[in-house]
Amino acid sequence: MKRTVRVAALGAAACAALLSSAACGSGFDDNGAQPAQQSGGPAKLQILIGSSGDAETAAVKQAADAWAKKSGSTATVTPAQDLAQQLGQAFAGSNPPDVFYVDASRFADYASVGALEPYGDKISNSTDFYESLRTTFTYDGKFYCAPKDFSTLALVVNQDLWSKAGLGDGDVPTTWDQLTAVSRKLKAKGVTPLVFGDTRDRVGAFMVQAGGWITSPDGKTATADSPENLTALQYVQSLLKDKLAQFPKQLDAGWGGEAFGKGKAAMTIEGNWIKGALKADFPDVKYSVHELPAGPKGKGTLSFTNCWGISAKSKYKQQAVDFVEAMTTVDQQMAFARAFGVMPSRQSAKDAYTKEFPDDAPFVNGADYAQGPVNAPKMDSVLADFDTGIQQLASSSPKTLLERVQKNTQAALGD
Amino acid sequence: MAGKAPAGTSRLRAATRENIAGWLFVAPVVMILGLFLLLPILMALWVSLTDWNGQGSPFRAGVPFVGVDNYTRLFTEEGLARQDFMTSIRNNVYYVLIVVPSQTVLALGLALVVNSRLLKGRTFFRSAFFFPSITSSVAISVVFLFIFANSGAVTSLLNLFGLDGPQWFADSRGVVHLLLGALGVVDPSSPPAALTDGGPFGLSWWEWLSGPSVAMTTIIMLVVWTSSGTFMLMFLAALQDIPVTLEEASMLDGAGRWQRFRYVTLPMLKPTMFLVVTLGLIATWQVFDQVYVMSQGNPAKTTLTPAYLSYQTAFRSFDYGSGTAISFVLFSIIVVFALIQRWVMRDRNGGAGSRRLRRS
Repeated sequence: MKRTVRVAALGAAACAALLSSAACGSGFDDNGAQPAQQSGGPAKLQILIGSSGDAETAAVKQAADAWAKKSGSTATVTPAQDLAQQLGQAFAGSNPPDVFYVDASRFADYASVGALEPYGDKISNSTDFYESLRTTFTYDGKFYCAPKDFSTLALVVNQDLWSKAGLGDGDVPTTWDQLTAVSRKLKAKGVTPLVFGDTRDRVGAFMVQAGGWITSPDGKTATADSPENLTALQYVQSLLKDKLAQFPKQLDAGWGGEAFGKGKAAMTIEGNWIKGALKADFPDVKYSVHELPAGPKGKGTLSFTNCWGISAKSKYKQQAVDFVEAMTTVDQQMAFARAFGVMPSRQSAKDAYTKEFPDDAPFVNGADYAQGPVNAPKMDSVLADFDTGIQQLASSSPKTLLERVQKNTQAALGD
Repeated sequence: MAGKAPAGTSRLRAATRENIAGWLFVAPVVMILGLFLLLPILMALWVSLTDWNGQGSPFRAGVPFVGVDNYTRLFTEEGLARQDFMTSIRNNVYYVLIVVPSQTVLALGLALVVNSRLLKGRTFFRSAFFFPSITSSVAISVVFLFIFANSGAVTSLLNLFGLDGPQWFADSRGVVHLLLGALGVVDPSSPPAALTDGGPFGLSWWEWLSGPSVAMTTIIMLVVWTSSGTFMLMFLAALQDIPVTLEEASMLDGAGRWQRFRYVTLPMLKPTMFLVVTLGLIATWQVFDQVYVMSQGNPAKTTLTPAYLSYQTAFRSFDYGSGTAISFVLFSIIVVFALIQRWVMRDRNGGAGSRRLRRS
């Protein structure tokens, strides 16, 4: 009988130990202290990338292997299934990868919670990165991370549909008025003139062309409810109402490039990734690329970019910076450009790039007047709500929508 | 040595011994449940009271404790958080209102059909109806995406009959709005000011009364189709449990087909009905995978559900506090509905009338 009691006590103790160890186990062990730094020598770097496809994964792996060989470290490149979610979980578990892609639209969220190491200016010649990209990755006055590459939006024209409608090279629109005029001509021939995605990532370009944007350049004040933005949305609304422009879903496509590739629209507004997509899925489509038509306040486009984020919790920060240094040299960026069609983020690589890819000039030129994604934390749900409004733009009031975005942005920014 | 002890102590000790033995026997389950069920729930409850941003442990010092702020933001504070949450509640209410009755009725109907002795090839139909239930919901969702695409089977079929189908997944118009518009009661493009001016919880009455969107109806159809198979199986088991003598007795009493169904079969199915409706309610309030695969809350947030919103808030916006708060509200909604339904379906005759019949 005594033995039974002892066994029970033992069992209870084991149970308690198990429960308590689960509650404060190693996974949650975190006292906020800086991890011990290993400043020199070989490192074991974990690299998580949000890859666009096999070509990118292979190219990054190859570059990482070359760096590892030279430095005597190891670098393990893992392509993520869902980068935002995997990073979120890794940060929560205090076990993030050392180096990872950071999408510009998520950057402020990560930087504001202290997940990123602000190493930007430790990279040699860091002012060589395009100014708009540096701004995108600057938070609270600190340049956090080196831009990996970038993309901009441009106007893509389907040559066959264009000439079928009796239009020539001179008819490619360079202003909003010309865009409307040429769209009417295409519409008269029974062709859907323009298709673009129903989000701020496309419609936002019109806002930039009209001289507006959702937030102020420093990302601290809401500027959604402005006459400039109203002009832009009213213009987009007029295109949608007259069916001069349609959203991809209305044309039974997942995105603008698909609708364009299927020949359902004569023009689309997309980024340089459309080249690869058209080559892979619609190799027979003949197209040309042009800068977006200018609005009342001149040219405007949107830029999309990733940076090489380094975890604030990494044990090998110095080696990680060294790794990023190797990934952002002009030569390496050109190698990436050749492998998977991205544009180098260094201005010194611009000439080499346009020489090798002359057709991409409209995309590269966009860097001079491009607007990056909203650079403020906690804006994700606000922007998703804006997208919802854009989906219904054809039948709703642009003014009400902008007032709503303004109110929500102010609440999120706390200004 | 126990034999020499006084009788009272011995009995007490026997009871203690039994107690200990009992606890030992259930210890593995208690431990597993505690570790994988109770503990995570308590941890989530704590997170819902904080402003944890997903960095490091939520249990260390320095994680801002905000009390019930995350909850009040969902109910009393004007803002995007409340608007999104209430929109998701509205969507899910319509979803539950349609899915639970239709899947229950359909399941019962199917069960009656495959239970009838006249039907040939019953086994075939039983497996055919059950098949959607054992197929992965993700796979079915993808298939439905194709079927309801603008150039998909459904639209083509409608075209065959000269009908112009909607753009299913792009259509955010509410079905009730469309119905009211079609009947000429109100014009959906300019709803009466009385409805748009105000309403509870930051949504106007007009928005509350939208009904499920056209996009949501596709998800509703999918779920009714997939889940009715499982519930059919439950009804079938219960139907086969009804003694034939009972049916014969009622026939002798001169009951017709409908009367037999209404006064014999249905009462006998009551416990199963309770089970089916309860399971249906829980599953419909927790709908997630179909939304995740098919629509991600789009178009215009009309397929947003609390479960998906909770995921989105936590893992996309790093607002883990708000996200877990939503899931706890969802949890309480489910509990309340289950209690209400238990009360509605309680035995009004004070008990065992119908049950006694079966046991005899």
